[in-house]
Amino acid sequence: MASTEPNNAAQQGGLSGWINARFPLDKMLREHVTEYYAPKNFNVWYYFGALSLFVLVLQLVTGIFLTMNYKPSATEAFGAVEYIMRDVEWGWLIRYLHSTGASAFFIVVYLHMFRALMYGSYKAPRELLWLLGMGIYLALMAEAFMGYLLPWGNMSFWGAQVIVSLFGTIPVVGDGLVEWIRGDYYISDITLNRFFALHVVALPFVLVGLVVAHILALHEVGSNNPDGVEIKKTKGADGKPLDGIPFHPYYTVKDTFGLGVFLLVFCGIVFFKPDGWGLFLEAPNFEPANPMQTPPHIAPVWYFTPFYAILRAVPSFLGTQIWGVLAMFGAIVLLALLPWLDKSPVKSMRYRGPISKIALGIFVITFVMLGYLGLKPSTGIYPMLARVFTAIYFAYFLLMPWWSRMDSTKPVPERVTYDAH
Amino acid sequence: MLTKKTFLAAFAAGLMVFGAQGALANTEGVELMDAGNDIYNQPSLQRGARNFVNYCLGCHSAKYVRWNRVAADLGIPEGDLKLLQFTGTAPFDTMQSGMPADAAKRWFGNAPPDMSLLARARGTDYIYTFLMTFYADDSRPHGVNNLALPGTAMPHVLSGLQGVQKAVMKSHTGEDGKAVSVVEKLEAGDAGTLKPEEYASFVRDTVNFIEYIGEPIQTKRRDLGVWVILFLLVFTGFAYLLKKEYWKDVK
Amino acid sequence: MSEHVDLGRRKLLTAATAATGAIGAGLAVSPFLASWKPSARAKALGAPVEIDISRMDAGSMIKVEWRGKPVWVVRRTPEMLSGLGTHDPLLLDPASDGSKQPEFAKNPARAQKPEYFVVLGVCTHLGCSPLSKFAVGEVEAGWPGGFYCPCHGSKFDLSGRVFKGVPAPKNLEVPPYAFVGDGKIVVGAEGAQAA
Repeated sequence: MASTEPNNAAQQGGLSGWINARFPLDKMLREHVTEYYAPKNFNVWYYFGALSLFVLVLQLVTGIFLTMNYKPSATEAFGAVEYIMRDVEWGWLIRYLHSTGASAFFIVVYLHMFRALMYGSYKAPRELLWLLGMGIYLALMAEAFMGYLLPWGNMSFWGAQVIVSLFGTIPVVGDGLVEWIRGDYYISDITLNRFFALHVVALPFVLVGLVVAHILALHEVGSNNPDGVEIKKTKGADGKPLDGIPFHPYYTVKDTFGLGVFLLVFCGIVFFKPDGWGLFLEAPNFEPANPMQTPPHIAPVWYFTPFYAILRAVPSFLGTQIWGVLAMFGAIVLLALLPWLDKSPVKSMRYRGPISKIALGIFVITFVMLGYLGLKPSTGIYPMLARVFTAIYFAYFLLMPWWSRMDSTKPVPERVTYDAH
Repeated sequence: MLTKKTFLAAFAAGLMVFGAQGALANTEGVELMDAGNDIYNQPSLQRGARNFVNYCLGCHSAKYVRWNRVAADLGIPEGDLKLLQFTGTAPFDTMQSGMPADAAKRWFGNAPPDMSLLARARGTDYIYTFLMTFYADDSRPHGVNNLALPGTAMPHVLSGLQGVQKAVMKSHTGEDGKAVSVVEKLEAGDAGTLKPEEYASFVRDTVNFIEYIGEPIQTKRRDLGVWVILFLLVFTGFAYLLKKEYWKDVK
Repeated sequence: MSEHVDLGRRKLLTAATAATGAIGAGLAVSPFLASWKPSARAKALGAPVEIDISRMDAGSMIKVEWRGKPVWVVRRTPEMLSGLGTHDPLLLDPASDGSKQPEFAKNPARAQKPEYFVVLGVCTHLGCSPLSKFAVGEVEAGWPGGFYCPCHGSKFDLSGRVFKGVPAPKNLEVPPYAFVGDGKIVVGAEGAQAA
């Protein structure tokens, strides 16, 4: 096997020898695939990183093909989407893959992040890995937000109107800033054109760059696992982690299976429920943008609603409504600060006490409820509930330094737990 | 395995919470009737196309829909297409209305909306209910009002078929404590040329066609989806066996 | 690694998964490639066009656009037609064997009705649009009348047949067309389709 002689590039003949003398192809494959040792005890939660990468590629490819037929102009955009849906051969499939892919991206990323919360994957030495991940999440939100304007439906228009107006709450510079972002006095052709440029060129570059950095950082520190045990601490005579297995073939075949299951669900939605029960493609967005008429129930797409609920939950006081905006951004910043808020000596939930487990459970319920409330109108009991859950959301993070230290722990084993089957 | 159960439970809970959003909200508060149309019923779609061309297309366009696409999808021979189309229209043209938009705006207050995506924006039940619930109301410019869209600017173009229903009013005390007169139910008024069940079937066919033009590919999309899922099951099956085989190594 | 690895089974399953995956990838790629084909709108815009020839004078030419290309209709005079047979040895493909035209136009006049010459005004060299030089001797001494491409000097006779010794390799292309009704030609469809 080539892997036993790492310096054999010079001795290799043929095309691969020629390439390897000039480019570290074999070296990269070894470092990142065939000799990247990952813990053998990954469970179902560990599929979502690879799946996120797959969805990213899917979005890039379908996005490029959509761009070939789309027109970023206020008079033509809505018709261009219908042109893709009806006149372009297979255009409907490409468009549905992209629109469903957007929601799928957030589903797999949210599950991927929850995995990190559960097993303490953000804790040292993976703080930077976590921050890069948060960078991806932010870029993804920006990407999704700008992309949502492009169909130029009535929800696109008013969604952008509301989100852009958030910046208007900033004291002194707010109004000027909003005008600068829009390039006009309302969400117009000019805004659409610049969002298009950012959506199809600038942000994809940022996303891909951050994803590469995220993976490089991961392969530098090594993967965490459900036990939160550092496999690098226990190495065999050959210098390889005893609890590690080469990414290829073990995780490539496993992720291939995971991809199959994902595609079953994903294609089920694309072919049988492409509007995602009105959540992935919202009914009002099948009417063209109309600056004269707001849709009766305006809510952002589901993946933004937890933060939207926080935004609405905070009332304005001292003559400004910036507090809601600050709370919304603060909610994301707190997530990024997790590595420093969590004072527990152990990583994984498996070896933490009841406080951590209950707190995480409450947090998940809170996040889902905020997402639900963000879709609901601000009437009746909903605003009150949103405030309660917003308070819980912040309490989870802000009190974490105390409750995470207070919590009991169980002894963490030296080696990972794994039952061969 | 516990983690798998947790995972599935979390996933199911998420689906339930967000799945509750599914139904299209009806803004006006009237309970929508069930359109009960069948998008796979080609004779119904063909009748719907005829109804649509005769009764809707005079004022409403379907500007993203091509005549020859409709003919091909609905099994209408291209020769017969000419019977449907307005004169001077080519087979590949889109369905434009016979009425200039600015004139329409003058006559009705707003231009009749394009019908291409109406079913996707409002749902078939809404359109069905709308076409079923016109009733006589002398306070309106065209002498009719509608339960699904109160104050509609549209005249009851199907009154010749349905006749004009009469509203039975009742008193209702609103949240502010004031009694207002609201429609309790509709009952038959002047008869039209169709019996009530014939009219319902006429509307159902028309709504069926409107749903079809909302997404002409939809039946083929589902048919193809079955094959895609079957294929993926085979692929995932192989991948599962392959994973099992390799993971025998891992002790 | 395990002592009793069933390498045969492993190979078989790898091949099965890889083959299914490859088929799936191929099937997934094809819609993307197919999306480059002319769309329904392109086909609608590229549909046959009708040309009114009832008021054409003998010796005149009209130009119309079909699928983004110039289509010429020349109503040839008897003199123009009689001149066609006089220069066959100078032509590269006098019988139009290697050139593109509907079956009905594979004759010296390259037309259904010799009087009306319908042709795509696109040079078969690199796609410029040649100029009409109908007068005898207009381009050079001995010029029988025809079309001259200003880009690279290709020369065609009044049936669009290319002369030897110029860059263009083929005669000008004759599009599908048909005569319909009172003095009208439909370009882009042949026979019954044009009706």
